[in-house]
Amino acid sequence: MHELSITQSVVTAITQRMGDVPVRRVRLEIGRLSGLVPDSVRFCFELVTAGTSCEGALLEIDEPAGRAHCRTCDADFDTTEVLPLCDCGSADVATLGGTELRIKEVEVTETCVPPADVRPTPGSG
Amino acid sequence: MCATCGCSADAGVRVTMLERSRAGTGSSDHEHDHGHDHGNHGHDHGDHGHDHDHGHDHGGHEHAHGPTTTVVSLEVDLLAKNDELAQRNRSWLAEHDVVALNLMSSPGAGKTTLLERTIRDLGAELPCSVLEGDQETLLDAERIGATGARVVQINTGAGCHLDADMVADGLRVLAPEQGSLLFVENVGNLVCPALFDLGEGARVVIMSVTEGADKPLKYPHMFRTADLMLVNKIDLLPYVDFDVTRCVEYARRAKPDVPVIEVSATRGDGLSTWYDWLRARVGAS
Repeated sequence: MHELSITQSVVTAITQRMGDVPVRRVRLEIGRLSGLVPDSVRFCFELVTAGTSCEGALLEIDEPAGRAHCRTCDADFDTTEVLPLCDCGSADVATLGGTELRIKEVEVTETCVPPADVRPTPGSG
Repeated sequence: MCATCGCSADAGVRVTMLERSRAGTGSSDHEHDHGHDHGNHGHDHGDHGHDHDHGHDHGGHEHAHGPTTTVVSLEVDLLAKNDELAQRNRSWLAEHDVVALNLMSSPGAGKTTLLERTIRDLGAELPCSVLEGDQETLLDAERIGATGARVVQINTGAGCHLDADMVADGLRVLAPEQGSLLFVENVGNLVCPALFDLGEGARVVIMSVTEGADKPLKYPHMFRTADLMLVNKIDLLPYVDFDVTRCVEYARRAKPDVPVIEVSATRGDGLSTWYDWLRARVGAS
């Protein structure tokens, strides 16, 4: 259940950057080969946001598919495996995508003054 | 304790220095300014009766609720906080010329037995200290303490892995000596510890021949980051159905060219090769 401590750190990272401003929506990116289970993160999110500015926020999780490149035959292909095998039989495969683990964006009420290192974009509220 | 997930608000992480190896706590002569606030770790489940309104209708995009909102792009790595602390640990270890190894395996693979033997055989030549990670008890720290090595037990409570923050706390109390070898014995678990950088110089994954040879394929996240794989308990090979060649082949699918040493921590097979690997790590630092 490493999702619990990782989700806790997500909420800490958001509250540190955004202060006390109520967060309406959180968008994460959890690649399908990342080793994190999105459903567990959703479960933990509700637990760890209780009493924080993220309480009640909608959690959106993008799940980029696994993508790999075979160094033997040069083919690129989709994969659901952490250790993919190419159709040519080679296991000499580099993972190109699906390992993402990022907090993409948050949606907060407008009163927020974003810190200098974040880029505000037009709201959709 | 939270009845739903088993996590506990009050049984947080505990760091304990064994009396026999070093009196007191925190006499460290270095200043890790980690500034982490443990008070917050035990997120308050007290009145958290899981009576949330699951039907909250944020998804409906009803635009009538209150003030307008702003979308702020963060693009922060989920593990950024841990990675930052790990980097601090790594810097501190480098400054003090301490080579740290993160030892990971499933429970019962023989990590503690291997460490007891290693410290007894190598301790006179290379000063060793240990951070012991377990959910509960001081049992492993007591075993290591009996070898004369300095040891700190980190009990993770509900936690299933060590993280960089716990290791920073452990380092503060342990204060490993200049030029020493530090073994961090992670919580026995082939899943969760894989994602957490502790600031170690190398990762050692230990398998034993009483496990399935296909574990590297089943737990790829763990094996893909290994710098060394030890196959322990090879004295038992005559009695178990374990194909070492196949296991090594699978490990190298996860991590091409990963070095593998077959050992028996009880009978002594292969240990000289393991010690040479350790000497090389210390020499290279």
